[in-house]
Amino acid sequence: MLIRTTRRIPDSEVTDKSLWLDRRRFLALGAGGALMGAGLSALAAPLSGVVKSPYTVNEALTPQKDVTTYNNFYEFGTDKADPAQLAPSYFGAPPKPWTVAVSGECGKPGTAAFEDLIRPHPKEERIYRLRCVEAWSMVIPWIGVPLGEVLKRFEPNSKAKYVEFKTLVDPDRFPGQRRSVLDWPYVEGLRMDEAMHPLALLAVGLYGEELLPQNGAPLRLVVPWKYGFKSIKSIVAIRFVETPPRSTWMKSAPHEYGFYANVNPQVDHPRWSQGKERRIGEFLKRPTLPFNGYAEQVAGLYSGMDLAVNF
Amino acid sequence: MDRLLRHRLAKPLVFALCLLPLGWLVWRGVGGDLGANPIEALIRSLGDWALRLLLVALAVTPVRQITGWNGLARFRRMLGLFAFFYVVVHLLSYVGLDQFFDWGAIGREIVKRRYITLGMAAVLLLLPLAVTSTDGMIRRLGGRRWRNLHRLVYVIGPLAVTHHWMMVKKDISQPMLHAAILVLLLGWRGLAAWRARRHTGAASKPQREPSCPVRVSPPSSS
Repeated sequence: MLIRTTRRIPDSEVTDKSLWLDRRRFLALGAGGALMGAGLSALAAPLSGVVKSPYTVNEALTPQKDVTTYNNFYEFGTDKADPAQLAPSYFGAPPKPWTVAVSGECGKPGTAAFEDLIRPHPKEERIYRLRCVEAWSMVIPWIGVPLGEVLKRFEPNSKAKYVEFKTLVDPDRFPGQRRSVLDWPYVEGLRMDEAMHPLALLAVGLYGEELLPQNGAPLRLVVPWKYGFKSIKSIVAIRFVETPPRSTWMKSAPHEYGFYANVNPQVDHPRWSQGKERRIGEFLKRPTLPFNGYAEQVAGLYSGMDLAVNF
Repeated sequence: MDRLLRHRLAKPLVFALCLLPLGWLVWRGVGGDLGANPIEALIRSLGDWALRLLLVALAVTPVRQITGWNGLARFRRMLGLFAFFYVVVHLLSYVGLDQFFDWGAIGREIVKRRYITLGMAAVLLLLPLAVTSTDGMIRRLGGRRWRNLHRLVYVIGPLAVTHHWMMVKKDISQPMLHAAILVLLLGWRGLAAWRARRHTGAASKPQREPSCPVRVSPPSSS
């Protein structure tokens, strides 16, 4: 009699997860390519009810294609092309519900759904300069709500001197987190008065549409007078604290990245000059402005401080 | 394999292959396909290819001795000169496109940024090697002196890898790979020299000819 035993599939024949994810990525890229013809907008939902904000610079916008394909977001990979390439298949749409855990020195801690966090505030469009610590810059029409207004609702108490933010940790969605290039989760922080400054924005979109994953969907910080790495993406946790949080880049290279990270042409990065920057799309470099051109609004926050020490 | 390497068309083929990366970069540059920051992409890619070709040129002798494909030796000079060529284009793009001939700024960068200091040192050391790469120069210098001069590449290799390593912001996987290959290539040479010395006695000079420049012209003292 023939007894058929079920053949155990050896591990070597099982398609590796990263491979089938790649296959999905391949399909997604194909679909994405097809959509490119119809314009990038096909990938992101438009946002409605947006009001124009007076906090806007009158400078030529960086093309949307550059803003959405040239990204430093190590959660996807260390190459600036990685986020846009990998996001469609690995990240997809932000998981629902997207919640933000608010904790620490405040009267009303708790977990808030992303929509509930934003809904009470009118969404504003603000055109800001963005200056990366790597000496390139962009001009981006963000959509968001003032960070300070959102934070106030949680009633930070007198011990809340700083506020700390954390990015989602999920190596399935963020393939870059499978390597320990940085100490995950990505952590950033602001002094309370910086967080309450009207220029600090909690962004949910750009160019009239919801944020794409490569730009930090669904919720990110935008602090235009600081180097780009302070503007933490895909936020899942906010904590009010008494002592200054240690940010990811401070942990990674303390002599190169400080807590304040204010744009400052006078204080060079140890390995390169911060005096000039290349505006994406321009050939000649342009001089970098103190506080990225927002000195009039924010310089007062740092009066009396030695900015070469507190870099 | 060795017969293939000695084929009449082998050299033109390798020549064309070495030009391919530059052609690809120019093609993408003209087509606007170098991303949002094309100047940075161009400079970094040229540097990558300079470093890769330098490692390939350094691999010729070990691979030739391990495999016995002596025909490989014919490509060594060309590969080294192509490495130099990519270094020069890399440097010119930095000077012209990145700094836009701002000599003051370039001078300050060379002094202040250690990775640029190292890169510039590597270029300066490469210059005499490129200049003395002709048959005539080899003859004029004499094989031994020529060989000693060209051992500078054992300094240039580490300089180039360190230049790249120090420039990288965080992800050092590529420089680490380059460094590993370099250690392997230089380590193999060190081992070969040590063995040769052991075989022939410490007093006499190594008899093997692993780095004979051009085997058709025997070393002659000037």
